[in-house]
Parts: sequence; C-alpha cells; structure tokens
Amino acid sequence: MIAFAAAAIAVPFAAALTVLLPPGRVRWTGPAVHITAAAASALLTLVVAVALWRDAGVRTGTLAVAPTGTLPIGIGLYVDRLSAVVALMVGCVAAAVQTFAAARPASTTEAGGSHRSFAASVSLFTAAMLLVVYAGDLIVLYAGWEVMGLCAYVLIGRRGGDGDAGGGSRAAAVKAFLMTRAGDAGFMFGIFVLGVGARTFSVRGVLAHHYPHATALAGASLLLAGVVAKSAQFPLHTWLPEAMVAPVPAGALMTAATMVPAGVYAVARLFPVFLQAPGALAALAVVASITMLGAALAALAQDDLTQVLAYSTISQLACMAASLAAGARDAAILYLLAHGAAAALLFLGAGCVRAMAGTIRLPGLGGLRLAMPVTFWSMTAGWAAVAGVPVAAGFFGKDAIVAAVQHAAIGGAPRPAEASGAMPAWAAVLLYVTLLLTVAATAAYATRAWLMTFFGEPRGRAPGREVREAPPLMRWPVAALAVPALVLGFFGLGSAGLRPEPGPTAVLLALVAAGAGAAFVVWNRDPALDPARVLGRRPRTVLERGFSVDAVYGVAVVRPILALARLVATADDRVVAAAVGGAGRGVRRLGGLLRATEGGNPQAYVTGLLAGVAVIAVVVVVFT
Amino acid sequence: MHVVYPAVVAALLFSVGVYGVLARRNAILVLMSVELMLGAVTLNLVAFDIWLRDRLHGGQVLALFVIAIAAAEVGLGLAIALMVFRTRRTIDVDALRALHEDRQDLEERQDREDSEDRGRPR
Repeated sequence: MIAFAAAAIAVPFAAALTVLLPPGRVRWTGPAVHITAAAASALLTLVVAVALWRDAGVRTGTLAVAPTGTLPIGIGLYVDRLSAVVALMVGCVAAAVQTFAAARPASTTEAGGSHRSFAASVSLFTAAMLLVVYAGDLIVLYAGWEVMGLCAYVLIGRRGGDGDAGGGSRAAAVKAFLMTRAGDAGFMFGIFVLGVGARTFSVRGVLAHHYPHATALAGASLLLAGVVAKSAQFPLHTWLPEAMVAPVPAGALMTAATMVPAGVYAVARLFPVFLQAPGALAALAVVASITMLGAALAALAQDDLTQVLAYSTISQLACMAASLAAGARDAAILYLLAHGAAAALLFLGAGCVRAMAGTIRLPGLGGLRLAMPVTFWSMTAGWAAVAGVPVAAGFFGKDAIVAAVQHAAIGGAPRPAEASGAMPAWAAVLLYVTLLLTVAATAAYATRAWLMTFFGEPRGRAPGREVREAPPLMRWPVAALAVPALVLGFFGLGSAGLRPEPGPTAVLLALVAAGAGAAFVVWNRDPALDPARVLGRRPRTVLERGFSVDAVYGVAVVRPILALARLVATADDRVVAAAVGGAGRGVRRLGGLLRATEGGNPQAYVTGLLAGVAVIAVVVVVFT
Repeated sequence: MHVVYPAVVAALLFSVGVYGVLARRNAILVLMSVELMLGAVTLNLVAFDIWLRDRLHGGQVLALFVIAIAAAEVGLGLAIALMVFRTRRTIDVDALRALHEDRQDLEERQDREDSEDRGRPR
C-alpha cells in the first residue's frame, strides 16, 4: 500500500528527470511521457485512496532514518484518509493540466524555451506536492514544500507564448519567490519548534504529542506564516494575482492542486497542534476574514478573467482557512477538493477561451455560449461550484463551512466532528459576518464573469475571425474536471459533519441567490456593459487595484529596502572601495621612491654596486 | 718573487678596469675594461696559487676557466654591441636608455589609473 504512495511520487519525479536527457536522441522525452506519468500517478493515488476508503487505518512506511546527532529524520510516508483524498485530487488535476498543456505547446513556450521543460517543471511540481501530502516526517514535508516554491518560480517566470500577458513575468516570479520565502522562514522554525517539542519530527509523533500551551502557540503561529504565504492569504497574497502572467496551465496547477492548497493542507495535516493553540486559530480567523472578503470584492472589479480567478482562489482558500479556524477540518478539506476541481476547470477553460477568442479580458468577451458549448457547460459547472449553487460540489463544502462557522459564532448544536470551540468568540463572530458577505460577493463575481464571457452580444472580436470550439485535447480535460466539480459533494454526505443542515443551508442559499441575482439584474439592464459599473468609478478603481496593497508594500517595504541598498552601495563605494583603492595608490607611491633609483644608466648601477661593495668591505674590516 | 708584486699589479689593473667601466661611454671600451678586471682576477688566482703552494693547483685551473669564460663573454658582448650599433647607430651607453621610465609619463599614467579606480564600482 505504502509502495503505491511512494510510486505515485516517484513516477512524476522520474518523468521530470527525463528533461535532462538530450532532446531528439531519445524518443520518449516528449509530452507523452509526462502525460503518461501524470496519469499513472493519478491512478496510483486512486489505488491508495480506495485502499484507505475500505480500511481507514493509518499506513506509514520509512525508507531510511537519517541520524542527525540530535533528532533523527525519518525519510518516510504517512498516509491517512486526509492525505489520500488530497493526493487523489492533486494527481487528477496534474493529469488534466499535462494533457491540456500538451494540446497547445506554443502557449507554454517562451522564445527559445521548449515545451518539454515546461512539462518537466509541472511533473516536478506534482511530485513535490504529492511528497508534501504523503510526507511522514516534517522535514520531508518541508523539502517538498521548498521544491514547490522553486517550481512556482520557474513556472511563473516563463512567458506565455500567446495572449496579452506579456512582460513582467520575471518580476512576478521573483515576487512570488520572495513572498513565499518570507513565510517559509517562519514555517521552518515552526517545524523546529514542534519537532523539538515532541522529540521527533515524524508526523505521527507530532500529532500524538501534547504540547505545553506556549510551545503549541509558538509552533502554530510560525507555521501560520508559511501557510499565509503559500496559500496567498493577506498580507502575503499579492504574489498570486501577479503570477497570472504565467502560462494558463501553470496557473491552473498552482491555484488548484499544488502550490496554493498546500498551505491549507499543512494546517489540516497538523490540525491537532492548532487545536492546542487558540491564539493561532484566532489569528487564522482574522487573516481569513480580511482575506476572503477583500479578495472577493477585488474579484468583483477585475477585468482580466485570470485575475478574477486569482482573487477568487485567494478568497476560496480563505474560506477553507475560516473553516479550519472554526474547528471543522472535514468541511475545509471537502471544500479544498471541490475548489481544486473547480479552479483547475475554470483556469483551463479560461485557457480555451484565450486560445480561441484571442483575449482574456472580460470587456472583450461575450456571446461565446454558442460557439464553445463544451467549454460553456464545463465552466458553468465550475462557476456554480465556486459560487455555491446547489448540487455542485462547492455548495456542500460551503454549506458545511457556513454551518461550522455559525455554530462557532452563535452557538447551536455542537458538531459531532472536531469542533472544539477553541477560537475566541469575537473572532468567530467576525468570521461569520465576513463569511456571509463573502458568499454573496462570490456569487456576484461568479455570475458577472460567467455572464460577460458567455452571454450577450459578441464584443470586441477581430472581424472575420470565427470562434470555434477548442481542440479535443483541450476541451476533454476541462469537461472531465466538470464531473468532480459537480458530483464531488455527494461523497461528503457520508460524513455526519458534512450533511447540510436546514438553518445554515437556508442562509447560504438566500445569500447566493441575492448575490447572483443582483449581478444578473444589473447585467440584464444593459448586457453590453460591465455589471461592475454600479460599484462607482472610485471604489471600482480601488477594488481593481486590490486595495492597493502593493502600493502599501511599495512604501513600507520596497522603498526602505531600496534606500538601504543604496546606502550600502554608497558605503561600499566611499569606504570599502576607497580603502582598497587608497591602499593600491599608497603602494604605488612607495614604489615610486624605489623606482627613482632605476634611471636606466648601467654605469650608475655599477657605481652603486661598487659603492655597496666598498661599504661592505669597510664594515667587514672595521667589525672583525 | 714576493707575492706583493703581482698583487699590486693586479690591484692597479683592477682599478684601471673599474675606472674604465665607470667613466667610459663607448660600449666596446666598457667591455675591454671588464676584461681588464677579469685579467686582474686571473693574475691574482695564479699568483696566490703559487704563493700557497696548492698541490692541486686549483687557482691555475680556475684561471683557465676564467680565460675561457672571458673569451665567450667577449664574443657575446661584442655581438650585442654590434647589434645595438646596427639598430641604433650608436653604442654610447649613456644614450641607450630605452628602459628608462619617463617621469612625466609615469605621473600621467598614475593619475589615469586612479581615476579609473574611482569610477569602477558603479
């Protein structure tokens, strides 16, 4: 069993290594090997998930124990139901993304690059995420965590071959790397705190250990820094919207399966530790509140479809964080899976739209319903899942989250699952209010994006260009992802904690209907215009810029650091370089004194020689 | 014969050589002066070999060596003098100052390098 999990990691990793083989010489280095590897990996994760479904016991396996002098590092895996289902989601999304990317190699290739390096990066990314999911040791988890950061940097730094997202990708890649690194520093020390506290780094040991309150708070808070950065939560969220300059498949993989969900997964993985630290949960609740409402509002005003999806992802991840803060892990994971399917679907759908309609900006789109029926119906399912429309998977997840947060905020029947009420009451109320607002805003921006893409008059189309359905290799993955986006929620019905309850469900449905209805009414007044116009011009600009968080960073972080860098450069110039140069000049001047004797006249030399001999002779005679 | 006679002759010979090397400007004459000094040394070697009654006659052997080396050295020196004369039309040692470092040039070069040093870290 554990061998299957290990193989699921090893297969995409081996596929990624084929990029090192010389191209052309070996036949099997093309996209086919990466698609095969991703599919095989998905199959293996399915086997693992089925095995765990039939028998819920935890499986662990250790390949080797690396002695370090103090706490040994066990290189091994830890598979329970949580990791099994998340890994299955990762494997399926990775397979879909690889297939999609292979259909349009040009869209992933920058000038001089090649598709095989892109596909290899995606394979490595998948392997790293599966390693994080299956890791049996916190250090192993951290290794996968960092490899993901590297892969994200590589993928964001690639410039898409077509579409309007052109330059600036390198800056976006550096930004993503720096921001996630900033959080990773905290994450690493959080691991150290937990590992040293439990006298072991193994996941099993850390989960079973009961920490003193201060240790749990310190470890959980430090972990939270990494989670916030990886999952693009406020205040370290600004890398994700900018990362959308990456090729669309990379964006889909990052937001749906590998990079961004890793943060929430890490919290879910170490959830018992967080339950021991109410302070950390309260911090998580505050972060989630700010993030989910702010990102949902920002998504409402974006013009670029991928930007809408980026802010949507941030907001949805914050919903999962809210669920975790309220103590409902299962709800968060159900929503993570639902969102993984939906976000991958929507991103790949956006890739289809870009490839076929030539643009991704909402004001330039419209009326694609008839031209691209498969994409339309698939993306309809995706938006329904994001907005929380019933029977789509997102509905069940969101419903469970609303129920959990409501119980934490205003009491009611305690959930049988893991609800511990560890969060302070004020945080729970804040969370509940913002969650409800977010639900409405989410429905509104989903409806807006959906309507503007697929309904109304065709807008801004290049004349004479017929929009067709995407090629099969592109639309099949999108259509395939629509299936889990629609039916995944029913799997949650088996768990008591995830079944809809009348109260929260009614609230949720009312808010979804209100948000979607408002967006539809505004749009219906004049389908040629952007429904976001009712926000007013000034507020809309504020939202479109994402509340200018980047500008704040520019003033608070970037400018002081640049000033400091200039100061250091000046000091280097005026002090260090001047000292070095001065030493050189001084030596040369001293040398000038000696050089004065070298006049070029051999007779002068010989005179000096004889004078020296005479002096030596005199000295010898006098002193001996 | 007392050793003082050859020693004095050798000293005088050597002094003449030194004077020639220091005072003469013609390279050929300088070479000849060097030969005079070598001759003084050779004379000393032979004289003291006899005076000390060296059974192996090391001084005389060494004198032969010095004569041989002096011959080779003269050959080389004259060849150099000839080549110098061919290229520069003079063998005046005072005029052969191609390796001399010009004072003004030096100052200028130093200043230029200094300003380059200051400009580099940008």
